[in-house]
Amino acid sequence: MNGVEGFMYPNEIGLQWSVLIVLYPFITGLVAGAFILASLERVFNVTAVKPTYRLALLTALAFLLVAPLPLQLHLGHPERSPEMYFTPHSTSAMAMFGYVYLWYLMAVLVLEIWLDYRRDIVLMYQNSKGLLRMVYGIMTLGSTNISERSLAIDERVGWIVTLIGIPSAFLLHGYVGFIFGSIKANPWWSSPLMPVVFIFSAMVSGIAGVMLLYMAITKLRKHKIDVRCVDTIAMYLFYIFIIDFSLEMLDLIHRIYEADESFRSLNFLVHTQLFIPHIVIQIMLGTLTPIILLGITQVVKLPEIARKRIYSVAGCLTLMGIFAMRWNVVIGGQLFSKSFLGFTTYKIGLVSKEGLLVAIFLTLLPLFFLWVLVKLLPPWGENTTHATAGD
Amino acid sequence: MSGLKDAGHLFRFAGLFVLAFLIFLVVRHYIVPKSFGQYGHYRGAAMGEIAAHPAKFAGHDACETCHSDIADKKKTGKHAHVNCEACHGALYQHVAGPEQPKPGLYQRFLVMVGKAIPPDPAVLRHADDPSTVVPVKPDTATLCVRCHTASAAKPKGFPQVNPAEHSNGMPCETCHQPHNPAIDAGGAK
Amino acid sequence: MNISRRQMLVLLPAAAVAWKFVLAETPEQSPNYKMTEHWWGMLIDISKCIGCGNCVRACRTENDVPEGFYRTWVERYHVSDENMTEPEVISPAGGENGFPVAAEDSKKYFFVPKMCNHCADSPCTQVCPVGATFVAPDGVVLVDPKYCLGCAYCVQACPYGCRYIHPKKEVADKCTLCYHRITQGLTTACCEVCPTGARQLVDLKDPKDPIHEFLKTHAVQVLKPQMATGAKAFYNGLDGSVR
Repeated sequence: MNGVEGFMYPNEIGLQWSVLIVLYPFITGLVAGAFILASLERVFNVTAVKPTYRLALLTALAFLLVAPLPLQLHLGHPERSPEMYFTPHSTSAMAMFGYVYLWYLMAVLVLEIWLDYRRDIVLMYQNSKGLLRMVYGIMTLGSTNISERSLAIDERVGWIVTLIGIPSAFLLHGYVGFIFGSIKANPWWSSPLMPVVFIFSAMVSGIAGVMLLYMAITKLRKHKIDVRCVDTIAMYLFYIFIIDFSLEMLDLIHRIYEADESFRSLNFLVHTQLFIPHIVIQIMLGTLTPIILLGITQVVKLPEIARKRIYSVAGCLTLMGIFAMRWNVVIGGQLFSKSFLGFTTYKIGLVSKEGLLVAIFLTLLPLFFLWVLVKLLPPWGENTTHATAGD
Repeated sequence: MSGLKDAGHLFRFAGLFVLAFLIFLVVRHYIVPKSFGQYGHYRGAAMGEIAAHPAKFAGHDACETCHSDIADKKKTGKHAHVNCEACHGALYQHVAGPEQPKPGLYQRFLVMVGKAIPPDPAVLRHADDPSTVVPVKPDTATLCVRCHTASAAKPKGFPQVNPAEHSNGMPCETCHQPHNPAIDAGGAK
Repeated sequence: MNISRRQMLVLLPAAAVAWKFVLAETPEQSPNYKMTEHWWGMLIDISKCIGCGNCVRACRTENDVPEGFYRTWVERYHVSDENMTEPEVISPAGGENGFPVAAEDSKKYFFVPKMCNHCADSPCTQVCPVGATFVAPDGVVLVDPKYCLGCAYCVQACPYGCRYIHPKKEVADKCTLCYHRITQGLTTACCEVCPTGARQLVDLKDPKDPIHEFLKTHAVQVLKPQMATGAKAFYNGLDGSVR
């Protein structure tokens, strides 16, 4: 009962959705954003970002594999989750999300990666031994046809898949936004802008994430960072970030100006409990600072090393800001009473099923998946051109 | 024709999809409960299961079947519409006997395969003897004040008193008979 | 004689039906109960509620409601005439142990019993991803505890705070309108024990139900009408300050 201020309905005191549900839109957002970055090269012919194309796809896959885990852990009966597929309720945003997820995973990401890597997979299959050979063998699906024509077909089909993938990525994350935005009982969530804000913040986080990963991995591999590539990514990040920020501000200003029955309650929340995570971390540090930093690189001609440092700092702040945004949506939306007469508090456990350690583990898990994927399917152009050397 | 051959791997991928979809359909057929969709997008059997929850309050009709004398006394007084269990508590078990343990899996199996007959409901719950669960006589010192302690929050027309001043510490039933509380109704003992 | 009458009344239908449920693959309703002939709701008369907490206790007993959660609860409002939008509301332990004595002052006091509104267009059943919660053909909003995932989406979607996740069963839980009672001709536990008749189970499909006359002759409101939930808990004398 502690931590309650004013009046809450008696069933509202404990939060229903924990930090794991914060992670879930954060992770799916990274997926959608990473895919959009990959599609820049493929569909919009932004050749400068080519070095990150495959990395972005693998990042998207690694994070997408982890995306349902926080949900599963949060469920009271995870063993019943297949019911979402067996008897999806047509009026539920959450049920439809199951299918959107599966569609995106299998029909878009896996297919696109497979098509793009097929030549490499076949070559690696032919040049490896033992268990690895078996793994690659399964991945070839028993077809080692890498004739010119077949690769040309792959290229064309891959392009179409990417084309379908862009709206699918929007759908994937727009749906996450809709899950919150469609709850009329909760004024903090209920907004038609929610899916749009989610899509743009997803793009921001995904692009920043891949940019950071690319710089970090290239550094670790002791290769030279392609500055033209990072410059281009940073430019896209900057512009999309401005759209994202405008939308969020539009939502905020609209709420303040309309000042409906929930306003007093929400306003109080933003000035007290949510002040640090919302105003300071999300808006000041996580949005305005990176926008200003990136803006400087767009306007002023800075030396390469300074640009790279600014990108790293801006990227990290961006990820922090987007995480804070998810936190403020999910947790913030549960801190006030639907009677608008009181507030509760959220205390995160450390070792519980939905505690901090699990959350940290789930955040690191995609990086491990990515490591495996990168080992299995090296995304660096230099390997693929002479893959016959063996791996 | 060779175009088809060069796209062969795509058909393999598509084949995997079709295969997965077929497996999904088969699994779905066996997993989804039979009564799902009977009335709407839910398990029709759920309603019966929810309705099988054991009751704890018998309802005043059940009380009045035996205790008709009290019911008659109550009928004319101010507490006519206060049901028995509002004061006496949940007494379904007094009416129907104490709850019996649910039949075990093995017993249910025996019944299902026809090796045993379901127990007679009368045996399942001992109804023949209301004295197996005897209601405790409510303590008027706590019971009456729960409703009748004066508070500005209560409706103005509701009879309410400051218990300490009102009775000088005497128990309520000295003057008021709970089943017909008005003093001129012969409530005083 | 008495015993056999009692058996007729309570024991035979209840226990026989219970045993049938235990055995049957797809249990049926009580044999005399036709779902399509009912449309259940509740009439709550604020001017009659004395805040005794009988309903909250009875509900906990009848339905084994877990500690700290409430299928029904009672709130006490304290409203000043100059600021209706900021009432002081308390509900200590859901009103389970009654309320502290209130002293007369310039503001008005009243009690508001709360429970599931058994909405006809219920936002909670709308969002359930699997069909584990639903509006039954007789208008009662139920949760299927054997099908519920425990995702808590419905808890988020209920504007009235009537749902919770059962801490032991880890599924959504809520008022069943004492479904096991009303399908056998009994009233709900809360109505049974309400000493002032502040709560009344109503059947909107029963032409003889006094609710029709009541609705015709009283100013009746539902909670949060702007949510358009089709709530069927009708409040008589509902103050504008009630949330």
